[in-house]
Amino acid sequence: MSYQGKFRVWRGDDSGGGLEDFTVEVNEGEVVLDIIHRLQATQAPDLAVRWNCKAGKCGSCSAEVNGRPRLLCMTRMSIFEEAETITVTPMRTFPIIRDLVTDVSFNYTKAREVPSFQPPKDLAPGEYRMQQVDVERSQEFRKCIECFLCQNTCHVVRDHEENKEAFSGPRFLMRVAELEMHPLDTADRVDQAQDDHGLGYCNITKCCSEVCPEHIHITDNALIPMKERVADRKYDPIVWLGNKLFRRS
Amino acid sequence: MPELERHSFDVLVIGAGGAGLRAAIEAREHGLRTAVLCKSLFGKAHTVMAEGGIAAAMGNVNSSDSWQVHFRDTMRGGKFLNNWRMAELHAQEAPQRVWELETYGALFDRTKDGRISQRNFGGHEYPRLAHVGDRTGLELIRTLQQKIVSLQQEDFKETGDYEHRLRVFQEFTVTDLVKDGDRIAGAFGYWRESGRFVLFEAPAVILATGGIGKSFKVTSNSWEYTGDGHALALRAGASLINMEFIQFHPTGMVWPPSVKGILVTESVRGDGGVLRNSDGKRFMFDYIPEVFKDKYADNEEEADRWYTDQAGNRRPPELLPRDEVARAINSEVKEGRGSPHGGVFLDVSTRLPAEEIRRRLPSMHHQFKELADVDITAQPMEVGPTCHYVMGGVEVDPDTGSSSVPGLYAAGEVSGGMHGSNRLGGNSLSDLLVFGRRAGAGAAEYVRGLSDRPAIAEEAVTEARATALKPFQQEGGENPYTLHMELQQSMNDLVGIIRRAEEMDEALQRLEKLKERARSLSVEGHQQFNPGWHLALDLRNMLLVSECVARAALLRTESRGGHTRDDHPSMDAEWRRKLLVCAVSGDGVEVVEKPQIPIRSDLLDLFDRSELEKYLTAEELA
Amino acid sequence: MARAQIAARTLRTDRWWLPPLTTFAGLLLISIYAAFRTFQGDFYWVDQYHYLTPMYSPCLSEECVPAASHFGQPLPALPGFLTPPVVIIPFLLGFRITCYYYRKAYYRAAWASPPACAVAEPHAKYTGETRFPLIAQNLHRYFFYAASILLCVNIYDTVLAFGTGLGLGNLILLVNVSLLAAYTLSCHSCRHIAGGRLKHFSKHPVRYWMWTQVSKLNNRHMQLAWASLIFVCLTDLYVALVASETISDLRFIN
Repeated sequence: MSYQGKFRVWRGDDSGGGLEDFTVEVNEGEVVLDIIHRLQATQAPDLAVRWNCKAGKCGSCSAEVNGRPRLLCMTRMSIFEEAETITVTPMRTFPIIRDLVTDVSFNYTKAREVPSFQPPKDLAPGEYRMQQVDVERSQEFRKCIECFLCQNTCHVVRDHEENKEAFSGPRFLMRVAELEMHPLDTADRVDQAQDDHGLGYCNITKCCSEVCPEHIHITDNALIPMKERVADRKYDPIVWLGNKLFRRS
Repeated sequence: MPELERHSFDVLVIGAGGAGLRAAIEAREHGLRTAVLCKSLFGKAHTVMAEGGIAAAMGNVNSSDSWQVHFRDTMRGGKFLNNWRMAELHAQEAPQRVWELETYGALFDRTKDGRISQRNFGGHEYPRLAHVGDRTGLELIRTLQQKIVSLQQEDFKETGDYEHRLRVFQEFTVTDLVKDGDRIAGAFGYWRESGRFVLFEAPAVILATGGIGKSFKVTSNSWEYTGDGHALALRAGASLINMEFIQFHPTGMVWPPSVKGILVTESVRGDGGVLRNSDGKRFMFDYIPEVFKDKYADNEEEADRWYTDQAGNRRPPELLPRDEVARAINSEVKEGRGSPHGGVFLDVSTRLPAEEIRRRLPSMHHQFKELADVDITAQPMEVGPTCHYVMGGVEVDPDTGSSSVPGLYAAGEVSGGMHGSNRLGGNSLSDLLVFGRRAGAGAAEYVRGLSDRPAIAEEAVTEARATALKPFQQEGGENPYTLHMELQQSMNDLVGIIRRAEEMDEALQRLEKLKERARSLSVEGHQQFNPGWHLALDLRNMLLVSECVARAALLRTESRGGHTRDDHPSMDAEWRRKLLVCAVSGDGVEVVEKPQIPIRSDLLDLFDRSELEKYLTAEELA
Repeated sequence: MARAQIAARTLRTDRWWLPPLTTFAGLLLISIYAAFRTFQGDFYWVDQYHYLTPMYSPCLSEECVPAASHFGQPLPALPGFLTPPVVIIPFLLGFRITCYYYRKAYYRAAWASPPACAVAEPHAKYTGETRFPLIAQNLHRYFFYAASILLCVNIYDTVLAFGTGLGLGNLILLVNVSLLAAYTLSCHSCRHIAGGRLKHFSKHPVRYWMWTQVSKLNNRHMQLAWASLIFVCLTDLYVALVASETISDLRFIN
């Protein structure tokens, strides 16, 4: 059940590069990452690819297959025609290191900018009580495997490098939402979302949700609810009027 | 030669899984400047693969649970070979470590009264595993990662530098530890991205590198599991114990080939999944060993009743310790009653409603759907044993995680003793937390107590660099990928789940040849993100550790836990009193016997005498 | 550090341009129809069966057919080419334009921002919804309130029409308000107001239940947006055809 598959893989580094053609064996039940590994073992021993668990749980092998952001280990070869040429490229939004490996430090920088969980000060370990219905929303967001495909596909930074400063991206706006909805978090995260993490840049075009390998409803369950909370706070004309009249800030 | 990048820290933690991160948090909270060095990106460590949960006797679901019961279960699971002090500390401290995670922001599944929910698992007498669906490992890693970020934020507020006290060096490989006389002085390694070398000067190193599964062909372990910490410890002069004990998880995927070995969580069985052979028979009832007869049901009716009434019934045999289940599956397949792809059937679809399966086992549902095109709510899974965990590791002091080399610590899978001959499911995540914290504290105390910092001799650095660069200097030599495949095949076939003396002799001969060939490894290209080179360096570690495994396995002429000898099928109480210790000798290793420390009497009193008789010698019982 | 040099705007090999194109064509067609009907100013009321097209409801100005003004005529006759719907259209249009689904649809289809996932957008600058005018998208919930009132009016119209008997028109009006109700209730703002803003569901079981129900509808928000939009046009068309006596209503009772 094996055949010779045609592949085009981007090879190069920050000084330049391009698509290289390969013909390589493909067997039944394989995923794109298997093919990349076969290339390493047989034709291109120094082909750089980042991977780890190979089961869609760690989010390391993010790249783009035929132009679509995907995990290489979760992209089964059976979704392609045998005659099709499959193009594998690195994530576009992040600086290239080499071949399929990009520098994802943007994400770690943004992660640090989200203030951490703040439990009530007087609550001792072992005394935390939370109801299942209250943790479920945040639990959905904590399914995130940090593959950064949402960050990669989001046009706000993908097409506009200059927005990286102001915009934290879906992953970290979702992290803000996760903490905001955490039943025991005491911090106020609504203004932060808009002012520090650039929630307003999101125009809810849902590409983040489309590419999420964990099928997290990033837009519907995290981003839009945060926008609504911001609207509660900032764009409620009654509140706004009250603040004007009574000079609260 | 480009200038060497140098850093100085108080504590180096090698590995960023659960144990490494917990150790780093502890060392930092003791006020020490700490670095975490990890081969993958921060937050991708193999701990994310853990599914079932964290074992801790919190008694939230069944209030009869206590640390004593957990201790008993752990000792039974390990067939009494465990380091009892570690098992004791582990059982006592696990609840604290889990509660602590909640203060870091973890969100476990809840009970009705709002406490942490706990689930049943193989070998645990009561529902004991704190969990989040079937992605507990991910929750653990993310929580610890976020705690580290929060500590960095505190440091930023104080000093304006996020990395003032705690810095993560990701995608970094340590190739050698550097010593000053007897004691640890630092570590040498390279950035995987650029291939540039770095020297860390530090008086204490905590190894938290996980396991050795990548030496085997069918494994649930990721590429990182090349036994780096085991090998670093050996080369630094420390010893490994219990290396013959390797846990083959009974349920790994067997099809498609590219995912062969990937784990199918034990929770599938804990939540009602049953194992059947090709005749449709629930075969586990035929494999209940004598020592477990009073705890496990011998008929389907009682086993099924157990899911709703655990007090009045014995447990289903699917929940026997992992070694028993793995052996049972192995023999069903050998006797021709296997599934089409060489496993057996694990079925949860006829046992729970589809909605319930999706809720309780979301990532299993996802994994089978996406990788094997199998809908587990409607079809059985095909599963078979997969190399999962090494019980053996660095011999450490239970209380501090210190090895025999001053300044060298180990925690988590890379350390040995805690799990004896077989680890219970759920005990690894709690192990990481309990002993990660202890190693962090132990290293901190050690550093505090030093009167002078160790110095690094330049020759050591030159030598480490030369060793690392050697594969580039040789042209037309061996291909690391080929060598790796041969090693995996040999270990799988000859030192795998069922072992024989002749086969292990052959394994040792093959290892000798592989070692010989590994001297002439050569890699193409340059140092920048070069997977061929990375593998060439990892191979050195895998070969060294594999030799320990094979030598120890050959010596131990009994079957116990994760070590099954076809030629010595029974357990021998005399062997329980002996540990096999592996240390470097010449360019290989040697394994010697060492007496096991007797179990403290008050801990022995936790067991019935009739049970102890199954494990201990008459002399010990007297 | 630079990004990988890949010249192509996208390497997608599927027909990624088809969904935005379809969306654009659909929205354009409906807009043209709605504009035509709005400014036609006629055939919105079937006196015999009391059918009032939702596009003209409520009919509040003095040029309305008196019987169609269920809520009186508080407004004077509108000047020039203006017709009764211009009073309510800002609210209806406002609700749809600021709707989280439609935003996605037209940002992609009409503004190509982005045209499809992982396809580069043609704009040099992007500020999203951070400044005027797009910051006004945050007013969605007020349009939701307005749309809810208009929905009630439509329901009232529908119930009233049953007073004359039962015809196909009644059923069409009924389906129409059902779809409008489902679309309105499935709105993200509604979901937020129903319970989404709460931190502790467990303390508000009734609102949690409401949130759960709205969430189920919300999963179908896109489908409901299209179904209700198309059906409003069909309803209007039916009323217009009957009112202009082009066809006659199919009657079951009376």
